[in-house]
Order: sequence, then structure tokens, then C-alpha cells
Amino acid sequence: MEQGKIYLSPEHEVVRDNDKCIRCQVCERQCANKVHSYDADIDKMLACDENCVNCQRCVSLCPTHALKIRRCENRFRENNNWNETKIRELYLQANSGGVMLGAMGTPLDYPTYWDHMLINASQVTNPSIDPLREPMETRTFLGKKNQKPERDANGKIITKFKSPQIELDVPVMFSAMSYGSISYNAHESLARAATELGTCYNTGEGGLHEDFYKYGPNTIVQVASGRFGVHGDYLMAGAAIEIKMGQGAKPGIGGHLPGRKVGPDVSRTRMIPEGSDAISPAPHHDIYSIEDLRQLVYSLKEATAYTKPVIVKISAVHNVAAIASGIARSGADIIAIDGFKGGTGAAPSRIRDNVGIPIEVALAAVDARLREEGIRDNVSVVIGGSIHSSSDVVKAIALGADAVYIGTASLLALGCHLCRSCHLNKCNWGIATQEPDLVKRLNPDWGYKRLVNLVSAWKHEIMEMMGGMGINSIEALRGNHLMLRGVGLNEKELELLGIKHAGENI
Amino acid sequence: MTSQHIPLEGEVRIPSGCAISGIFHKDGTRENGDRIIRSIELMHDRSNGLGGGFAGYGIYPEYKDYYALHVFYLDANFQKDAENFIKEHFEIANQGEIKTRKMPEITNAPKIWRYFILPLKAKLDSSELDEREYTAQCVFSINTKFDKKAAVFSSGKNMGVFKANAFPEDVGRFYMLDDYEAYAWTAHGRYPTNTPGWWGGAHPFSLLDYSIVHNGEISSYDANRRNVEMFGYKCSLMTDTEVITYIFDYLTRKEGLTLEEACDVVSAPFWSTINLMPDDKKEYYTYLRKRYHALLINGPFSVILGFTGGMLVLGDRLKLRSMVVAEHGGTFYGASEESAIRLIQPELDRVWAPDAGEAVIVRLEERSSKV
Amino acid sequence: MRRVFVNEEWCLGCHLCEYHCANANMGGVTAQDMVRNLRGKKIHPRIRVEDGADGGKINFAVQCRHCYDPMCVKSCIAGALTVEDGVVTHNPDKCVGCFTCVLTCPYGCVMPDGDGKVVQKCELCLRNKVGAPACAEHCPNRAIVYEERGTL
Repeated sequence: MEQGKIYLSPEHEVVRDNDKCIRCQVCERQCANKVHSYDADIDKMLACDENCVNCQRCVSLCPTHALKIRRCENRFRENNNWNETKIRELYLQANSGGVMLGAMGTPLDYPTYWDHMLINASQVTNPSIDPLREPMETRTFLGKKNQKPERDANGKIITKFKSPQIELDVPVMFSAMSYGSISYNAHESLARAATELGTCYNTGEGGLHEDFYKYGPNTIVQVASGRFGVHGDYLMAGAAIEIKMGQGAKPGIGGHLPGRKVGPDVSRTRMIPEGSDAISPAPHHDIYSIEDLRQLVYSLKEATAYTKPVIVKISAVHNVAAIASGIARSGADIIAIDGFKGGTGAAPSRIRDNVGIPIEVALAAVDARLREEGIRDNVSVVIGGSIHSSSDVVKAIALGADAVYIGTASLLALGCHLCRSCHLNKCNWGIATQEPDLVKRLNPDWGYKRLVNLVSAWKHEIMEMMGGMGINSIEALRGNHLMLRGVGLNEKELELLGIKHAGENI
Repeated sequence: MTSQHIPLEGEVRIPSGCAISGIFHKDGTRENGDRIIRSIELMHDRSNGLGGGFAGYGIYPEYKDYYALHVFYLDANFQKDAENFIKEHFEIANQGEIKTRKMPEITNAPKIWRYFILPLKAKLDSSELDEREYTAQCVFSINTKFDKKAAVFSSGKNMGVFKANAFPEDVGRFYMLDDYEAYAWTAHGRYPTNTPGWWGGAHPFSLLDYSIVHNGEISSYDANRRNVEMFGYKCSLMTDTEVITYIFDYLTRKEGLTLEEACDVVSAPFWSTINLMPDDKKEYYTYLRKRYHALLINGPFSVILGFTGGMLVLGDRLKLRSMVVAEHGGTFYGASEESAIRLIQPELDRVWAPDAGEAVIVRLEERSSKV
Repeated sequence: MRRVFVNEEWCLGCHLCEYHCANANMGGVTAQDMVRNLRGKKIHPRIRVEDGADGGKINFAVQCRHCYDPMCVKSCIAGALTVEDGVVTHNPDKCVGCFTCVLTCPYGCVMPDGDGKVVQKCELCLRNKVGAPACAEHCPNRAIVYEERGTL
């Protein structure tokens, strides 16, 4: 497509307080987008605003706090119908003929139902429990639970579980983020944190780097439509296998890792040529229906001698409950549902911003449907897609989830500032990049501790909230809708979520 | 009818505090209701006059092979419909009004009827259910069909529940329990935190021959309810007692667990305790906690579960509700307070408070022929 | 004894440590102090980051090791360099500016100060207002650490 000249003002502008700037040039050295430069003739730092993605790296490192990034104040003529973003994107497309690309979750202002739910606490009739003085249990098992107890010749219950399970010390796992989309150091941080926390991280669709097989017991290995990096040892390496059918940020399409992110290590791990775009197909071409899914589930089980639980991950779409019901009967052990606010390393913005449904209603619908059909114990349900805090975790579990995935939250812990430029391979925080001098910026010795800190802090908060409800074991919270009340929701929303409104005494 | 509608059990979830008491003769000796009434009466201040009741086992020896349905008709117009339903599904060996004593303390009494019944053979066969499941399903039907105006509140064989919306000692005298003889009695005095005033909401709660008296407020209620409702139970009363009864029924009758195993599910030890156990016990508890994760009961409770031939006393895993048990000769006692036992049996061989989550189960001795 | 160590693998070459070192040794603690101390001036930090030759991709921070048997102390003709509680310490009042120590330090960690009259060296910020190595505290990638690693 012929590209013309584009006349757009920069989105951000660098504001430098020259009274504070000491010309240390840290900003210049740290900006991979080449925004800052030092002009010795006039002894001043200059800024090339149009290169700025507002990742806040320079702001964070400036030792004298001389920097601010703000939205460019230049505005098109005010128009509530054609807002700034819509006009800009239109110009860009007219110029390039291309699909608008974005990264991370949708920035648009859709309702967040977590923020419209409130949690209960005990008063008088039932004591709250102090987690500092009493046991407070967050241990969670994921997998099929629906087996009738069997007894041996002496009448004792046979305690060996037929279906493999994942054991988690805390029901928070790290979402699938592939090696390739994020860096070696980011993966190492996630793997080590998962191991220390007694939870799992997820390889995403990019295979498992040979250095990380040792974290296998805390690893979920993913099989996506591109089958990147999938082989026998890989399947056996993890605690569970996840079939990725969909991703919340981009339901209905596959992943796209730009060739510039495919260096020697990523190439070897993914088993694709260096520098080639890694494009996974929109569907699995061996799964055009639910019975095909069953075949893949059992193929993976056969390949691993029925020792690994199989997760089927779908994005939350309109008929998610029916799909989940099909999956629960497909032999899968766990269903992972990714809400439409979930993150991504790269997705067409139109899809990210307009396709799918909120995870809260998807979860409630799936949980209700599986219970109506009496098959809730066939599977565990894990949800993800914009879990922001421990209270979101508590609400998700009370709404019916067995565990949650956190992706964006874990990247934030590693330093991500949500500039949504992951696809550019220039992540100044060393997360979503494969450039060695940028990757180096994420020291995993420190990164993994921040993840451990985050999840440990959430665990403490979860235990506090559980104790307040008079609950000392997470299973008593799971699906416990009475512990939730809606605020500011209409009747239909309350009905779909299966909760009462605040003030209703039931 | 009052103009203001006060919600009934089933329309609203009602937490309540309570008193409970139980007597069990291991040798099958039967005694009338006098002592159990006096025991629960001592704990008068633990109830507030908004519900009391009793369950007696071995009270209908002459009809011991029949299910004894006790039914409240809160609106007499529904009696005919309910009876038609019963007749369509069961053979009725005997029926009649349950005798009561007129007392000023008991007001607004509904019609209270009793039916000794057996499932109609043809219906039972075509249902492809076992006799107990068939009966249980029919009880659910009646209790959900008639807008709570006809309520089956007792449905076991050779046992019966007697309850009303009043202080328990008055309830016992109202039903003239000194005319019944049982080898096991349980009693309940209720302290609900609102005033529903519905007779069906009093305790004990029962299903088939299980009857439960319970003191507590379980915080896992909705997690437990939503799980058992997957297996055909309908928690129409929204009380803890109801869901606990269904959990025990589900675990023992449908999953084939022993009562002891069922107790290990609902009052499971903490992981920190399990981790210290020898391997076989560790695996056993881990299995139960994994398999029946949704049936762990959280929050304060102590219960006495009556069943044919036995009695079970169980408390929550933190021991947040009082429970004292005692033995004298072949007789076992359990109550919220020791005084409620000492009153009726001052001399005791042994008195103890079971540990948190510890189940105490007593059963009729093998050779007792008196039942 | 705790010492400053540099994990070169994680050094980003951002040079922040140099500025914090210079600020700390000019009596500064805060960002405002840094503006006052360093704005418009050439800095003379006691830690130096050397950028790699090939495009600056390999970076290496140099700072005093506080040797057990320090050559600089042995070579000092004025008694200005001493070991105090394991810290190689410099007394500028005694220093005569012979720079023998500059020549003998195998790591290049003793250097003339800004005026070139006496030497300066890292004293772990123990004698300035920061109280603990400012370079380690402000390293954005934990490449510079202040920790105990046993006997060297």
C-alpha cells in the first residue's frame, strides 16, 4: 500500500524541568525509542516527542524528578462523536492501509463488574476468624473431582485419585505469556516465583526454554493452534497441559509474534526459523467441533500416560456457558476462561476492543450452567482477564471460580507501565522484548521477588477477607454467592451474576 | 393475615443461635419424653420462643416398617391436594391427626397430621428409584408444590419429629411427648434473629430417618447448598440445618460413605494437622478434602444427628459452639450445656467436651432386642 | 562485613550510581540536594561505570573492594589511608597528594578528587548523610548490591 506523509501531532509530550535537570543523560541511555538526546552546544537535553510511548522508564529513573510525560495538549476540534482516538486511528489507517495493532488489554471504559460487587463479613451471630491466630487455608486442587469413592477388599477407601490434579498453595496462577512475546528474564521470574509460591506459571504458546524444564512441577505447558515448541518432552515437563482455543483479548484469531522478536533462542524454543513471523492459525485445524476437541484432549492424555490434567482455555464469548458445558464433557480436567479485558502481546485493536464478554458474567454463567447440568465437579474452572487485586480474587472465587490467572498484574509487578507497545520489541522495562540490552533490564533475581511479594500480599489479604466472612478454608468460599452483593447493578445483571443487591436480606 | 408480609424460611436466610440436647440408650431401653423436655427447658435462655422441637426414635413399634409422615397443613384447603398426592404415590396404612394439648403458650397451630405409608409397588418400580430415594423425592415434591402451606416435617420409619413455633418445653407438652417412648431423643430450642413465625421452620429438620438439631450459623452455606443441589436436593428452607441434613444424606446414602467418613468430610482437619499424620491417614484425609471440597462446613456449629439405631454428635473444626457429652451406664447424653445433662442425670460415669471437629457416634448394642 | 558488589550481568550502563555517589559525597541525600549539588557541574564520583567498547553494550561498574590487605593503605606515605572496621578509609587532612595509592590500587578505585590536590575513594557512604552505599540503594536493576558474601 502506498504510504503518504502523515501529519499527526505526537500523542505524548515530554515535559522537562530544566531547573532540575542535571544533564546526567540517564533518560537518553534508557530510552530505546530514542526520545531524549543531549545537545552539548546549548548544554540541554532535547526530546523527540513523536517517539515517546509513555512507558515512564525515563520518568522513573530520572534522579532529580525533572521529567513528566503528559498527553499532548494539541487537540482536534472538539467532537464527542468523532473523538481524538477515532480520528487519529482513521488517519493512520488511511495512511498505511493496515490493521490497527495494539497490545495489553482494552483501554476502553467497559463496566468492571468486580467493582460493583461487595463482600460480606460476620457480625455477632457468627464470629469472624483472625488469620494471624487461626489456620486459614488457601490450598486448592484443580482437576476432575467426580469419581465415586471405591473401596479395597478391607472396605477402606482407595485414596489414589484417578484424575491427575494440580495442587496450588494459593489459587492465583500466572497467565499464559509466551517466550517470544515476553523475555527470557520475564519467564525466569515467573517460573521461579511460581515455584516459591507453590503455584503455576504458564508457558503460553511459545514452547519451554531448555533452561526452565527444572521448574516443570510449577509449569503449565500450552498447546496452541500453531503447535510452536510442542514435543513429547515438553508435554511431560509440566504440571498440566493447556489447550489454547482462544484468548480473551482476541477471540477468534490466533497469535502473531513478529519476526523481529524471533532470535536464536526463541527460534530454537519454538522450533521455527530465526526471523520468521510466528503466526498461529485462528482455529486449531484439527478442531472444527467439540468432538474434535475431545480427540485432542485424549491425544494429549495418551501422550502423557494420563498423568497430566488437561486444561482447555477459551475466551469469554456470547455462548460461553454452552461451550463450557461441551468442554466439561470432553474429558478436559480444567476449563480456563479468559475475559475480554485480558491482555495480549499484540492484537488487532478492533478485535481487542470489541469482541467477547466480561469475565464476571461469563464465569457466573458457566458456573451456573455446569451446576444445572450437575457436572460442575467434572472440571475445575479457572478465570482470567483483568484481575486487579486480591478482592477481585475473592469475588471470583465466591462467584464460582476455583482459581484465577493473572497476566497483566504480574507484568506490572515486573515493572510494566502499560504503555501498550509490546509488539514493538522495544520494551524499556525488559519484559516484552528480545533485544539483549533491553532484556537485561529485568533482573530475575529481583523480578521473581516482586512477584512473590505481590502474590504473598494478595494471599494475606485474601485470608483477611475470608476470616472476616467466618471462613477458614477457601473451598467454603467457592461458589458462595451469599458472600457477594451487587451495587449499582440492574436486575438483569444481578440475575446473570446470581447475586442479590446490597441491602437485600437473603 | 397481617398486612405486612414477614418472610418465611425459604424466602429469607435466617441465622439463629440455639440450644440442643440428646439422650440415647445403647441397650434400646425406651423412655418417654419427660426427661428430654426438662433438659431442654433448663436452657430456656438459649432460645427465644420462636421455635422448638424434638425427634424420637423407636416411637412407632407397631408401624415400624412404614414411613411415618408428619405434615403441617397451614392452610386446610391444601390438605386434600396433598393427600391426593400421597395417595397417588403411597399405600396409606393409617392416618389421623396428631394428638396435641391445648395450651395458651401455643398459638396459631396448623392442622398436624400423621400418615403411615409405603410406596405403591407399581409406581416405585416404574420410577426405577430405590424405596428411600422414591420417598425422599416425594417429600421434596410436597414441600415445594403447595406454597409452603403443606409441609412434611418428618418422614422416617419408626421415628418422628415434633416441632412448633414456641419455646421447646411448651412444644414438648403440646405434643404430649410423655405418651411416646423412644430409645433416642433429641431436642432443639431456637433463637432466630428475626421473627418468621413459621412452624415448618422450627427444628429438628429431618429427611427420611435423619433428623438434625443444630446450633450455629455456617458461613459455607451457599457453597454447600449449591453443591448438594446438583444432586437433586432442593434447599427450600434456606436453613443451615436443612443443608447439613442433605450433606449427610448425600454422603452416606448416595456416595456410600460411613457416618464417620462423612464427619471427616464436613469437619475435615486442617492441612497443618493432616501434614503431621502418618501416610495412610494423610492420604485418606487428602482424598476426602479433594473429592468433597465443596462439602466442608465452615463457621460455627454443633449438631446432634439422629438416625435409626444411632446418634452422632459433631462440632465445627474450630469449636466455635459449645457441646458437652456424657455417659452413665448404657445411656449417652449430649447437650449444649453440661447442666442440661446433670439436671436429668446428676451422677455421670464420664463427662467430656469433644475436640474441634471430633465426631462422637453411639449406636445400639448388637444384641439389644428391645427396639 | 557487607561490601558493595557489582553483578556486571545486570549493569545497564545507566550511570545513575555515579550521580548518586557524587551527590552523597557532596553531602546530599534527596533529589533536591542532587539538583543543588550537581546541576551545571562536572561530577567526581567514586564509582565509575565503564561502557563497553562495541557500541556500549557491555557495562562494568568499578568501585573500591575494601581489600583485606589493601595495597593503597600499605603504600600511603602519610598515614591518610587506614582500615577502620574493614572499611578502607581516607583522611584528606593527612593526605599529601602523592598519588602513590592511585598507582598501586589494582582496581583503579582510588582517584584524585575534583580539585586534584588529594585523593578520594569509596567509603561505603558510611561517613556521609546517606549512611549506606547510595550507588546500591539507587541501582535500578539490583546490579550493584551491598551484601555479606563471607571471606573474599
